[in-house]
Amino acid sequence: MNRLVVSRRGFLGGASAGVVGSIAIGPAAAETLAEVPPREPGADLSTHSERSKFVKIDRIPEATPGKRNVDPSDAINSKTPHQKLVGSITPSDLHYERSHSGVPELDPAKHRLLIHGMVQKPLVFSVDDLKAMPSISRVVFIECTGNGWENWKKADPNLTVQNTHGLVSTNEWTGVPLKFLIDLAGKDRASIWMLAEGGDAAGVDRSIPLTDEIVNEAFVAYGQNGEPLRPAHGFPMRLVIPGFEGNLNIKWLRRLKFGDQPWMTRWETARYTQLLANGKARQFQLRMETNSVITQPSGMMEIRPGYNRITGLAWSGHGKIAKVEVSTDGAKSWKQAQLNYPVLPKAQTRFQMEWTWDGKPTKIVSRSTDDKGNVQPDRQSFIAATGTNALFHYNAHQTWNIDEGGRVRNALA
Amino acid sequence: MRWPSGIRFAAAIAIGMLTVPALAFDFGRAAMPAEVKLWDIDVRPDGKGLPDGSGTVGQGRQVFADNCAACHGDNGQGGVKDRLVGGQGTLASDMPIKTVGSFWPYATTLFDYVHRAMPYPTPGSLSVDETYAVTAYILSLNGILTADGKLDKASLPTVKMPNRDGFVPEAEFDPSRPHRKK
Repeated sequence: MNRLVVSRRGFLGGASAGVVGSIAIGPAAAETLAEVPPREPGADLSTHSERSKFVKIDRIPEATPGKRNVDPSDAINSKTPHQKLVGSITPSDLHYERSHSGVPELDPAKHRLLIHGMVQKPLVFSVDDLKAMPSISRVVFIECTGNGWENWKKADPNLTVQNTHGLVSTNEWTGVPLKFLIDLAGKDRASIWMLAEGGDAAGVDRSIPLTDEIVNEAFVAYGQNGEPLRPAHGFPMRLVIPGFEGNLNIKWLRRLKFGDQPWMTRWETARYTQLLANGKARQFQLRMETNSVITQPSGMMEIRPGYNRITGLAWSGHGKIAKVEVSTDGAKSWKQAQLNYPVLPKAQTRFQMEWTWDGKPTKIVSRSTDDKGNVQPDRQSFIAATGTNALFHYNAHQTWNIDEGGRVRNALA
Repeated sequence: MRWPSGIRFAAAIAIGMLTVPALAFDFGRAAMPAEVKLWDIDVRPDGKGLPDGSGTVGQGRQVFADNCAACHGDNGQGGVKDRLVGGQGTLASDMPIKTVGSFWPYATTLFDYVHRAMPYPTPGSLSVDETYAVTAYILSLNGILTADGKLDKASLPTVKMPNRDGFVPEAEFDPSRPHRKK
């Protein structure tokens, strides 16, 4: 699947752009093999693996657009360091986080899930009950609708891809299909909406339309990348609705109520609605759009003329990524990038492309197309259709400006 | 468990027989009406879910001062957290101000949100009457209720919010057009 053929010289040149971002290089790099430290016995074996002390990699807690470097107590989200990740799965501890009233510490022995409303049999489940049921595992992206919101009105040149696109991540989630729970409780056929509510202090709740797609694909997850959910991501159980707004994937899930109309909660009226230029707001824009971003080279990196490998991530709430095109001349011409396998529906897909930079200032940008034919829009047409007040659901092309010194900076287009 | 598998198996059968009534459900147990009532707090725009009780604008002024003003400002603006008042007429401008008065389409949502999530450090600490009262007060600050206004489960759903018609549902999930094939 990887057709890249790279000369040794090219590989060394390219390495400078990417690896610098994630590895703290010591004061003296080993110039000859004689300078490579000798082998020696290592640390004792341990109960779990830590990252190398040479790897500095963290999320960053942030607040609303333009409010960065905030104290964690003022943060409303914490962003994934895409510039330092190399695959398509996000490590569990680096999966982005958006929490509305802190991270509750829930005792799984005391946590319960209530299913009621328009059902024949209102039921209460424990975590163990759920784990005893038939389960599925699925790799999906979850994306906060605020992802990309830094660039609605202007582009701060000093942003990294973590700042601009750190509110999307991809994990493997394991749990019980919603359909199985619906059948256990005996949902009334007239119920076409479901309220999902969390056990956090805010009791975050959303109305979910029971379309065939959602009923067939949603699940209540208790596993994340093969282990129990992390508290920041909903321990002991959360809803996962592949391809839909992060906020619908209710964390610390404790209640599913079936009804025949939406509840119009604060989170689907005052928040997570998109204000258009005419003052009207789009509501129930629940699906996450076709999107992509170049993660390397990306904001605040520095590249050298010659061989550079361009790589990034693409995803769509509609289905699979069909192709990603990359432009290295400011969206004048496009070349199809290579997709790394596996390409999964509603999961992030890594793409890459070889590029020889001639040292002249330019702009690099990616655009994705999914298997339903949806194409990621350029900024101009996106803003023409949406205005600049929507705050959520930004999926326009991300452009990185490269100056004559090889400095990569955030730009609108 | 370090028991031999035979004993474990026998114990499982014994426990299973003792709890036969629970097996009426394959997994979990039946939810009892009294416990469901404890958690069943959601309120819909048609008023379904609103509890008995009432509160006045006058009572809400004190509830607001005691519980809300520290974050939201003395009159629902100028605080460190969300502005609750004003902004009407700004939604189509370059600097839209989204508040309860300018943006929220349903008054029932305000009751539901205050009841479930506010005050931030101690959600659920306001009584039902206090919640009706502070809802009335916030609406009065926005000119939606008069100073002698009072709310209960009959009147709250009839409050017409200024931006009630300001939302355009996505065709795919439009509540007025049932989306699930029967």
